[in-house]
Amino acid sequence: MIDFHLNSRSGVAPYLQLIRQVRQALQLGLLREGDQLPTVKDVAGSLAINPNTVLKAYRSLEYEGLAAAKPGVGTFVTKTVSDQSVVAHQRLSMELSAWIGRAQQAGLDFEDMEALFQRAARAAAQEEAV
Amino acid sequence: MIWLTWRQFRPQAIAAVGALAAMAIVLAATRPGLSSGYAAAGLSACHAHCATAASIFLDRVGNFDKFLDFGGVLLIIVAPVLMGLFWGAPLIAREVAEGTHRIAWNQSVTRTRWTIVKLGLVGLAAISTAGLLSLMVTWWASPIDAASLAGGSAQAGTGGNGVHITFNGFGEARLDPVIFDARGVAPLGYAALAFALGVTVGVLLRRTLPAMALTLVAFVAIQVLMPNFVRPHLLPPAHFTAPLSTQHGQVGTNVGTGITDIQLTGSFAKPGAWVLSDTVITPSGAQPSDIIMTPAGPEFTVLPRACTPTPGSGFNPVPCRETLAAMHLRQAVTYQPASRFWPLQWIETGIYLLLTAGLGWVCVWQVRRRRTP
Amino acid sequence: MSSTTAAIEAHGLGKRYGHRWALADCTLTIPAGHVAGLVGPNGAGKTTLISLATGMLAPTTGTIEVLGGLPASGPGQLARVGYVAQDTPTYAGLSVADHLRLGAHLNPRWDAGLARRRIEQLSLDPKQKAGRLSGGQRAQLALTLALAKRPELLILDEPIASLDPVARREFLQVLMHVTAEQELSVVMSSHLVADLERVADYLVVLVASRVRIDGEVDDLLATHHLLTGPRRAAATLPASQQVITDSHAGRQSTFLVRSSEPIIDPAWTAEEVSLEDLVLAYMGPSSGSPQEQRLEVHQ
Repeated sequence: MIDFHLNSRSGVAPYLQLIRQVRQALQLGLLREGDQLPTVKDVAGSLAINPNTVLKAYRSLEYEGLAAAKPGVGTFVTKTVSDQSVVAHQRLSMELSAWIGRAQQAGLDFEDMEALFQRAARAAAQEEAV
Repeated sequence: MIWLTWRQFRPQAIAAVGALAAMAIVLAATRPGLSSGYAAAGLSACHAHCATAASIFLDRVGNFDKFLDFGGVLLIIVAPVLMGLFWGAPLIAREVAEGTHRIAWNQSVTRTRWTIVKLGLVGLAAISTAGLLSLMVTWWASPIDAASLAGGSAQAGTGGNGVHITFNGFGEARLDPVIFDARGVAPLGYAALAFALGVTVGVLLRRTLPAMALTLVAFVAIQVLMPNFVRPHLLPPAHFTAPLSTQHGQVGTNVGTGITDIQLTGSFAKPGAWVLSDTVITPSGAQPSDIIMTPAGPEFTVLPRACTPTPGSGFNPVPCRETLAAMHLRQAVTYQPASRFWPLQWIETGIYLLLTAGLGWVCVWQVRRRRTP
Repeated sequence: MSSTTAAIEAHGLGKRYGHRWALADCTLTIPAGHVAGLVGPNGAGKTTLISLATGMLAPTTGTIEVLGGLPASGPGQLARVGYVAQDTPTYAGLSVADHLRLGAHLNPRWDAGLARRRIEQLSLDPKQKAGRLSGGQRAQLALTLALAKRPELLILDEPIASLDPVARREFLQVLMHVTAEQELSVVMSSHLVADLERVADYLVVLVASRVRIDGEVDDLLATHHLLTGPRRAAATLPASQQVITDSHAGRQSTFLVRSSEPIIDPAWTAEEVSLEDLVLAYMGPSSGSPQEQRLEVHQ
């Protein structure tokens, strides 16, 4: 089981926050294959958010193959994060550290780096949507 | 809906039941005293010419019983007003003023049904309360009513020790406007109308206190207009005329004005009748024009101008009597006989119930209008 | 969406008091299966629209249909719509349990189990008179009354405006939980966008008795952009970009535009707009052209 939380000031859409929390839980091994995700009504009721938001997050997870819905029972995790992706994450982490070093040398502080990252991420998301 | 109406009405119902129960206990405790007094005066055995016995009985009725009689009449007259004010006016006005109509009108019950059930149940309670009250008081007062019907009348200050009090209406006929309102089925009609009036005014004004004030004014106006202008004509009144005897008229001097005149007594004697007008007329039916007199009976003070004493000379009654006798004056009375009591009760109650139904329709119509967010 | 019948459908709906139009020229279709937020400043016409939808008022012009039927047109229609009025009225002299009995007697579809569970969860004393409850508790009682009726549509008029933050959160938690459980459609009004941001997925903005904009929240957020760039006049922007607000300072211009196409002009920095800023833009005096366009999202 996982407990969701919401940061209403982060500027990130709620359903994306839910997806991210599920992914993080999977990576940290807190969620494994076969675990049930909290019901839509429980999530909506504890976070006071629209049930359609939760549905959207769960459908997105289903689309990505991370979860599957069993009608009348609930939504269950279908995939444990494989070691392969852990390796991929480690490699990305190292690349990121190297980039941060280069950015610091160019005179950027952490806020500038975050702004750059957010803009690039948004641009990528828009391209995906098109 | 029945449960909700009951639950909202519960405090008032408890108050009413309490009041009725207290009343019942007091009346039940004192009635045997009246019955025994009635029998002791010989009235239960008397079948004709019972006026003397009736007067003796009425005279002997104790102060507390007289107070109860007065109180009973007062209570029955006041009860419809109270119910109109405290049961009728707030019924819908309070819901709208406090906003609870937004709950009531958004359950699965239509407004029409909501209004009809509330009006019907609480209206029925009002009528029942008035009916019970009237029943109890009429039963309790039946010896007194029978005595006055037999022609008895109470005189203050005679018979027994202590202070004897009386009030306008004690021992009066049931047709007397004050007593009529407190006997028979009339109180049911009044209660129904006062209640319906209260609810309707409440629906129109949508505020409880102004509705109570307006209901009070309107109902009192109706209760004053009815016996004075409507009831006398509900059934065609009866007429009585008889010659007015001048031979035995008493000569008297009015202390205040110093005028000496002759007092004549009319001969109209129908116990229990409701006298509408009692006048002196000439044989042609017109008002006598050349005598000074008090305008209405049953005792007339007359003084023909021809007999007016000139200053200096005294008053000589003999030629005055002859002048009066030559005028052949007559007494003319318009009245409703005692036997009309129940017909008038039913007709009047019918009118009030019709008005009540009309007001009920207005209530439902107004509630259905969608103008109260 | 659960059905194709709209929750609320209005055409040219208007309500006039004397010379003043409390609501004018209102045409909208609020879909079922959503939580629709009705937002606007005080006096904008939110309560009027809600009163028309619940049948408490009759329209001066136009028509309104709720779940395909006329408002309050009979016991069947009344049973399908639950209503919590402004300031969540309750009967001060009746106890909590009495309120539930009221619901049970006046509603054929009353769910006594749901009502009981809600009251237990709220730790309300059934014998407590409603007049002695706190504001938050009264609001919860009014909500329970409306929910246990098992309606298809729940209409709430500023239910949390006078509640403290904790009571506010608790109210919305219960509302969302039961909305998910019963697949309710909800229409909720507020004069604060913050109240609605978490729960609404459809939005109607009412200002000065008129609908300024309405649509799915996701669509609204995706099609509105904040453009910053070198100073230009609003008219110089392409026709596909509808200018909602504009402001100019020095050599910089900022525009809030609505466009269904992505912004590709490199001269502009395009940012997303928060729902609150979007609503404020439509509520402000500089919003809209002088001709007072009525704006709709095209599905």
